Amino acid sequence: MSEYSVIGKSIAMVDSAGKSTGAGKYTDDLRVTGMLVGRILHSPYPHAMIRRIDTSKARALVGVVAVVTGEDAPNQYGILPVGHDETALAVGKVRYVGDNVACVAAVSEEIADRALELIEVEYEPLPAYFDPEQSMKAERDLIHENRPNNIEKDYHHVFGDPEKGFEEADYVAEARYIANEVTHAAMEPHSTLASFEIDPQTGKQGRLTVWSSTQVPYYLQHKLSLVLELPMSQIRVIKPLVGGGFGGKSEIIPLEIIAAVTARAANAPVKITYTREEVFWAHRGRPRTIVDLKTGVKNDGRITAVACKVIQDGGAYCSYGVVTILYSGALLGALYDIPNIRYDGYRVLTNKPACGAMRGHGTVNVRFAFESQMDEIAAKLGLDPAEMRRINLLKPPTVTVNGLRVLSYGLPECVEQVVTRSRWNERRGKLPKGRGLGMACSHYVSGAANSIIRSDMPHSTVNLKIDRDGGVVVYTGAAEIGQGSDTMTAQIVAEVLGCSLSRVKVIAADTDLTPIDLGSYSSRVTFMSGNAALRAAEEVKKNIVSAAAQRMECSPENVMMAEDRVWKRGTELVCAHEEVASGHVDGQILRGSVLQKRKDEAVKQQMSFEEAVVAAIDFHGGLTGTGSYAPPVEARGGKHKGAGVGPSPAYSYSAQVAEVSVDEETGVVTIHKIWAAHDCGRALNPVAVEGQVIGSVWMGLGQAMQEEMVWKDGLVMNPGLLEYRSPSSVESPEIECIIVESVDPEGPFGAKEAGEGSLAATIPAISNAIYDAVGVRLREAPFTPERVLAAVRAKHGAKKIEMTEGVDPTEPKTFREHGGSLWYRGRGPERHAEDPARKAVTAGGAQ
Amino acid sequence: MNKQLIELRVNGRTHELAVQPNALLLDVLRNELALTGSKCGCDDSSCGACTVQLDGVAMLACTMLAASFQGCEITTVEGIADGGGLAALQKAYGDFGGSQCGYCTPGFMMTVHGLLASNPDPTDEEIRAALSSNLCRCTGYSQMYQAIRAVIEAEHAHRQKEIAAR
Repeated sequence: MSEYSVIGKSIAMVDSAGKSTGAGKYTDDLRVTGMLVGRILHSPYPHAMIRRIDTSKARALVGVVAVVTGEDAPNQYGILPVGHDETALAVGKVRYVGDNVACVAAVSEEIADRALELIEVEYEPLPAYFDPEQSMKAERDLIHENRPNNIEKDYHHVFGDPEKGFEEADYVAEARYIANEVTHAAMEPHSTLASFEIDPQTGKQGRLTVWSSTQVPYYLQHKLSLVLELPMSQIRVIKPLVGGGFGGKSEIIPLEIIAAVTARAANAPVKITYTREEVFWAHRGRPRTIVDLKTGVKNDGRITAVACKVIQDGGAYCSYGVVTILYSGALLGALYDIPNIRYDGYRVLTNKPACGAMRGHGTVNVRFAFESQMDEIAAKLGLDPAEMRRINLLKPPTVTVNGLRVLSYGLPECVEQVVTRSRWNERRGKLPKGRGLGMACSHYVSGAANSIIRSDMPHSTVNLKIDRDGGVVVYTGAAEIGQGSDTMTAQIVAEVLGCSLSRVKVIAADTDLTPIDLGSYSSRVTFMSGNAALRAAEEVKKNIVSAAAQRMECSPENVMMAEDRVWKRGTELVCAHEEVASGHVDGQILRGSVLQKRKDEAVKQQMSFEEAVVAAIDFHGGLTGTGSYAPPVEARGGKHKGAGVGPSPAYSYSAQVAEVSVDEETGVVTIHKIWAAHDCGRALNPVAVEGQVIGSVWMGLGQAMQEEMVWKDGLVMNPGLLEYRSPSSVESPEIECIIVESVDPEGPFGAKEAGEGSLAATIPAISNAIYDAVGVRLREAPFTPERVLAAVRAKHGAKKIEMTEGVDPTEPKTFREHGGSLWYRGRGPERHAEDPARKAVTAGGAQ
Repeated sequence: MNKQLIELRVNGRTHELAVQPNALLLDVLRNELALTGSKCGCDDSSCGACTVQLDGVAMLACTMLAASFQGCEITTVEGIADGGGLAALQKAYGDFGGSQCGYCTPGFMMTVHGLLASNPDPTDEEIRAALSSNLCRCTGYSQMYQAIRAVIEAEHAHRQKEIAAR
């Protein structure tokens, strides 16, 4: 028998039945009486002053209940305290194509859409900035007046002595890497339903309830409070099922605020659901990134120093930008032993939809550069890429040069696992022409050790209620978004209490009912909310044990609890499980029958879970528990400016090998298989861990092979799921997940992150495999056929191809005007009359 | 536009409805009949989250006019459960991690249900091809194959047992 009875076993998610029957409710599935439909008017210009808005014609349309504009809610907000630069609707100025200008609430979608056409807006276009390196030179027409040179934030960190490190190096590699922009493309478009109640005392509009597709219900509650000037206690945020987030719902998305503002104006519930195109405008994805990377090594492969300059094209608002640019630098550490680091990060504003947090936040594009460069160095020095990684391993427990504490460290085993499974040693370099193997590693935080709003308060709290029916109800603020947070919580509580999973009900993410939890981002839920659940359950267990000890006349240490039974250590379990489990006390519990009580008071050797619960309630007068988690002080990082981002109580580790073949005639790359070993501390639910790891690798594969947002003058040219091309089943190869369990000393049952860390390794594993296959080093992602072909042709000195504008993706210099390679020579199709480029030509600007 | 009276047969029940001639089948299912299992993921038949079956054939409800399907047998995800319990496919998707966020799952249910009804023993390639009409952003599809394989194998074993019993 395993050490544990509930955790460590693959089980179906506790909410899986509702998903496969269609009974589960997502926000857009909800309706309330009197509900109106909200539709948003978006800016057709990337950068323009709003000179006049006239909503009178729209208001006059029969069926329109309210029309709101920026002036109706001008308070600024933003996910980061340092980045409060957004308003519900534009106040005076629009900053990207798709920026929010006005919102109509009407009795039907059709009428709302017609009303949008009746809103007259007079714009005065301003020069717009699309390229971050150009934007950084801006001196006038700034995107935000308080951000000189359109730089949202820059950081310059030095750890150790990089100059000395480079002097000591036998070889120094230096190159520029470019990763284009990707977005979450979660299957559920964002949706929010906002409804006010009437206060019985004042007779006026009172409390607000918001149902929303969010990863962060408590931040939403907070920002709604800022914008609406309503106390947080008057706002209830409920998170129904969420159809995927990946970071795209980890901050306040404009429609969430707009729905509430519109509902307030309409005096009626308003639901807004984005169209897929609006989801692309809301964006908050991974910024396109320029990485200038320099690595110094000794001849044996040991890294002596790293210098890294990162420029991120952040879009028009701060969003999570300051955190993103910090993660890019901080997580240079904690994967390998790097003694000296210099980091220069620039988060730059441009007139494009805001970038934010996306799976592997801040680390992915830098990891692509870093692991690619390691591979280049290994090739240069004649080292095995696996050996290059082995020689640079950390020696935990340790604190890295930039202040990150590493305890559990499964990376060595991850490397060995993928080497063995892929038969790396036997096959690498011996495959047929055009076929290759590539390796890369990555890591990620198990939650940030410092919260966004700096505080010593717990990051997670979980409450438990156990009543006389023997049912265990868990109240957690953690946001289930499909990653399995509710299931994880139920498993941990059941394991600690020794009860069956079916007893445990999870009530989650409802700010009126559940205690605060910061939300589902930075892979924090299992580690932090899991630890809080563990502590809450231990508190309850202590009370059950003390009552049971009295009833069984033994010391508390000798009370055993497992599988719905409580017994005295050493007593044989004489009864069959079913007989003990229930039936003895049913019907009697509520009446508190004296007869039953006498029967129950007899000295016992063992009890059912219900009996033990009733005994505990009898003994203590009630049975509830609370557990909280705040990361330990030792894990919170250094003291330098920006030190708050990067530290985590634990890091996950991943090593991957990709096998690809490359068609040199067409540039088409075929992925045959990816082996991915991931150290998740302990797999609480192995099937869910595998799902997370495979999903991460697969999403990395999308970014590596085909996904990119294509821009023309700030307009996203491929705002649809077919045009954006996230991989379908025919483009998805076999991914073999190997779980490595390093058992973290502070994680709940040793568990840590599983949902993000694997993503970053996939992109360089593939580029390294392409190099192994055909000897071209792609330094610009994604590795689309035209890029691969251009690289292969450049290697052979063949004629350059038009599709990449003649650019050799092995040596990219800048972002090309339209981001990717689909639209070249500035000949993007004019999609509709609102296209800003076309507007400027035909109407001279003003509408 | 004036509404017109239509009769739709959905999951074995007949409904008389007043809808606009341009009303989409997906909107009618979701808004008029409260069958919210079918989802809207893309608006333009890219993603397959709205997949329903029309006379047993998997189709995308987001780009079809409701009024065109009078007289058809329309099946939505709400109509494929096995009595009051989960159909084998629905159970397997839970057990093998075939759904994570679950938003695409109803569409996959209808696609795979349609596939297995017409081809009870598909090859891996056939499964892969059939699934390509639907997008999922969580799973990378791997665990779906395991779920579908398990259902096919269970069905196969069941048939073998029946044959043996004869």
